Amino acid sequence: MKKVFEPRIVAFLCNWCAYSGADLAGVSRLKYPPNVVPIRVMCSGRVDPQFVLEAFREGADGVFIGGCHTPSDCHYVNGNFKTYKRKIVMDRMLEQIGINPRRLRLEWVSASEGKKFAEVMDEFIAEVRKLGPVPRMKEGER
Amino acid sequence: MIRIAIAPLGSCSGCDVAIADIGEDFADIAKIAEIVYWPTGADLKLEDLEAIDYIDITLSHGSIRTSEQEEILKLLRKKSKVMVAFGSCACFGGIPGLVNLSPEREDVMRTAYESISTDKGEWPSEKSKIDGKILTLPKLYNLGHSHDSLVEMDYYVPGCPPVESQIRDLLGVAVAYSKGGELPPKGTVIAGARALCDECDREKPEKIVIDRFYRPHEKEADPNLCFLAQGIICMGPATRSGCGTRCINANMPCRGCFGPPPGIRDQGSKMLSAITSLLAADREAELGEEGLRELLERISDPTGTFYRFTLPSAIINRRLNDGR
Ligand code: SF4
Ligand code: SF4
Ligand code: FES
Repeated sequence: MKKVFEPRIVAFLCNWCAYSGADLAGVSRLKYPPNVVPIRVMCSGRVDPQFVLEAFREGADGVFIGGCHTPSDCHYVNGNFKTYKRKIVMDRMLEQIGINPRRLRLEWVSASEGKKFAEVMDEFIAEVRKLGPVPRMKEGER
Repeated sequence: MIRIAIAPLGSCSGCDVAIADIGEDFADIAKIAEIVYWPTGADLKLEDLEAIDYIDITLSHGSIRTSEQEEILKLLRKKSKVMVAFGSCACFGGIPGLVNLSPEREDVMRTAYESISTDKGEWPSEKSKIDGKILTLPKLYNLGHSHDSLVEMDYYVPGCPPVESQIRDLLGVAVAYSKGGELPPKGTVIAGARALCDECDREKPEKIVIDRFYRPHEKEADPNLCFLAQGIICMGPATRSGCGTRCINANMPCRGCFGPPPGIRDQGSKMLSAITSLLAADREAELGEEGLRELLERISDPTGTFYRFTLPSAIINRRLNDGR
């Protein structure tokens, strides 16, 4: 039997909104696939684009960033807008280096949106599953 | 007398010129050193390098893109006590490393030998027979490489090309070496230790806010005001200091040739962060997500612009092929 591809997802979740949303999803026993490695950050603005590239390089098939709603929910004034702006240029950069930008997803999830978190995650995992494994750099390639 | 080699690999020879340019100080080198290998200065071949039994200090410059360049680099490493990556190509892969965005040798060959302007579409092969003789050519690699991705390097001198003050510092290292004195720790970067913005004396408004981007030719830049404040992309925030703001003095924005500042691994994503933080920083809520998107989509080539000199040493250092 052919093994189904189970994508690995790294999720950077801001402490104040998305992480609490994910927590709520867990507490409310909403199911989302267990493929996600959550990493709590204080603000989505803390997600250095280097982290995203590292994650892809190390074999993450998808990278999720969850933050507080724009315009004004971010606890550090404009971390969410900063992240939003980075994401736009990141998408173009990923396209140029041959990684499908759909592997990078940014969503605003508030602390009360447990259901939204579970749904968005489900949908993202399904999309990445369709895309297949992330392409890897080969060691020793000339 | 110590023995020095200056070795061009995939190089434009600008690094050789930079070395020759130090003028009278060159005589100081002659006092302590004998240059045993410098193919740009004298007609030397691989056999001549093979015949040298050891080298004290080698300055290798240029990118690595062929099997021959890799072979020479490895030979140099074997024979040299100290290896210096000289220039941005050697340190990070340099401009030729942008080939990593189209890493298919076949594409290059097709463009060179089968485009409409070419009469005869015969691709050179690594071995061909011409007039009964076998002609061999080095293998052209798909990718460009920095030197330390292939051999261990001791010191780095970034710059396209490096500037005089760095070459003098390097000369200091050679003098210390010749006297058996103390050498800088392995891995030392002979350049500044800050970001270029910290040594740039252009006027910087307290808050720099970019409203739209201009390419350098689209606008006469104010020679006293920070380029970023004028909407012209300047790599200063993501570039190591040490060049004496060479381009900025000529009223051109920095293109990033000194590579990332200390502590930063990936110059391109560092610049991406810097530029996106600045864009419309005080009008985010007013413009909203769509307005910001419109502004930012004007950056059409972030990879080529932000990794102009450092792609081969970036976290993801080549074009991959997702789903193709
Ligand atoms: S961005 Fe460029 S012009 Fe502005 S301070 Fe930095 S180096 Fe100087
Ligand atoms: S200003 Fe920038 S591009 Fe120009 S020499 Fe200095 S580091 Fe290199
Ligand atoms: S605190 Fe949640 S995005 Fe800034």
